Amino acid sequence: MSEVTSASTNSSRGLRLVSRLTYYKEMALKNLFLVCAGVAVAGVFLIFAFVGIRGWPIFVEVGPWAFLAGREWNPTDGVFGILPLVYGSVVVMLGALAIGTPLAVGAAVFLSEIATPRIRGLVRPAVELLAGIPSVIYGFFGLIILRPIVANLTDGLGFGAVTAWLILAIMIVPTIATLSEDALRSIPPGIREASYAMGATTWQTIYRVLVPAAKIGIIDAVILGMGRAIGETMAVLMVVGNAPVFPETIADPIATLTTQIVMDMPYATGDHRTALFGMAIILFLVSMGLVALVRLISRFQTSMESG
Amino acid sequence: MPYSAAPLPDSGPNKIEVTGLDFYYGDFHALTDITVVIREKAVTAFIGPSGCGKSTFIRCFNRMNDLIPGARAEGLIALDGQDVYAPDVDPVDLRRRIGMIFQQPNPFPMSIYDNVAFGPRLQGVKKKVELDEVVQTSLERANLWKETKDILGRNGLALSGGQQQRLCIARVLAVEPEVMLMDEPCSAIDPTSVQKIEDLMAELKDRITIVIVTHNMQQAARVSDFTAFFLQEEAGEAAVLVEYDRTAHIFTSPTDRRTEDYITGRFG
Repeated sequence: MSEVTSASTNSSRGLRLVSRLTYYKEMALKNLFLVCAGVAVAGVFLIFAFVGIRGWPIFVEVGPWAFLAGREWNPTDGVFGILPLVYGSVVVMLGALAIGTPLAVGAAVFLSEIATPRIRGLVRPAVELLAGIPSVIYGFFGLIILRPIVANLTDGLGFGAVTAWLILAIMIVPTIATLSEDALRSIPPGIREASYAMGATTWQTIYRVLVPAAKIGIIDAVILGMGRAIGETMAVLMVVGNAPVFPETIADPIATLTTQIVMDMPYATGDHRTALFGMAIILFLVSMGLVALVRLISRFQTSMESG
Repeated sequence: MPYSAAPLPDSGPNKIEVTGLDFYYGDFHALTDITVVIREKAVTAFIGPSGCGKSTFIRCFNRMNDLIPGARAEGLIALDGQDVYAPDVDPVDLRRRIGMIFQQPNPFPMSIYDNVAFGPRLQGVKKKVELDEVVQTSLERANLWKETKDILGRNGLALSGGQQQRLCIARVLAVEPEVMLMDEPCSAIDPTSVQKIEDLMAELKDRITIVIVTHNMQQAARVSDFTAFFLQEEAGEAAVLVEYDRTAHIFTSPTDRRTEDYITGRFG
């Protein structure tokens, strides 16, 4: 005790007390950040509540089965079956994933395993830039460049799922490629070394060791790409033809949940409007489901590695 | 093929002969004029202070340094009389004959079984019966079979550090290498596991040639038949091979003053 006292008297001055001003500033900042976080969370809840309250009656009035599984969308006659739209959304998403995923994973492997730092420094920002292009520009590109090509190949107008696949495939590449590259890069370098030291070639190292090791991260990336594909509206709207029916071929015009909402919202009233909100609920749940799936998979991976 | 590797007191077949090797990382001259022979079916230890190029040196044997941009070797390294840096030598094939164990255990994030079966599968073995056999034999030779025979499907990363290192040894043994390079294999694991790995080396040297880099002089004295002492005298200078002899000789009556200083703990 005496030592402590002597130590403090020996130093030129004692410990300075926190001033009241500093204290208030700290508290104010803490609360400011709390408010920021709160706004973000409240935003999600408010949007969900808003969409939920406005859309809920359609499930009651039309009945959930007739709404979700109804094969006809005809608002003029008060028939609100969204199955053709769900079908459109799913077909457009799956096609885009089928084309975009190999492209994106290939790009990720190139960036992480093959490209020299200089090449990577050029390609990675270019891929990231793809994510920053406004979707209406993609729509224009689809409309002016891709649609005529598809029209020639399919002997139609080029408005339909095929053109949407191509556009969306390009749009989801940055999401899947950058996240997959991150997953590949987070593999400890020792794993790569071990594979080469075992006599594996670069290609064997990639497909036997690295891609399996990054599998979970790549699946996460694809799921987020899925979310992007199912939620994309403007670019799809411009090339998909906007016919809320079951198409006869993949080149025929269709509509998706998102495009139909945009098309109808300006004039819809009454039940029609409620039905659009009902569709928004479905979209909301699907994207929340996808995010939940990503978290579930990550947790599964953690538990697997620990035993 | 002419070489002037320093002869050792006793004769025996040479597995690897290094003659006048210089190694560079870009402009940095890391190793200078190294000449050494590695005896077949013996344990050779490389000792020396940190940063003296021991690891760089053994990574020349299986050409792992090829993976580092700007790294280059000059001089001759011959495996069974054949220059490993000759332009027509496939580094992939070379690495199948010269296995490597790293400081940090690095099992693949896959099952124990798949880890051990990795090498044989690369070589095209597909039959389950053959793979089962090679997995069991290799794990047995790595003294890991008893601990893992019931959990072969479990992720290799779920094992303890020492077990992981023995799994890596089993993975290397599965391809029947002629040489096993061990780059400080015990510095990241617990003492009990170190004991197991040292015992294992004594068992394995009947069949394969082992080269071990170690910081631990007691370990070199315990496990090796021959010892080479490396030293980088000034920071930024190339490291040299100071002395190379039977381990017993190096640790009891070193010829070079610097070796004596090092093993008696005067520096490093």
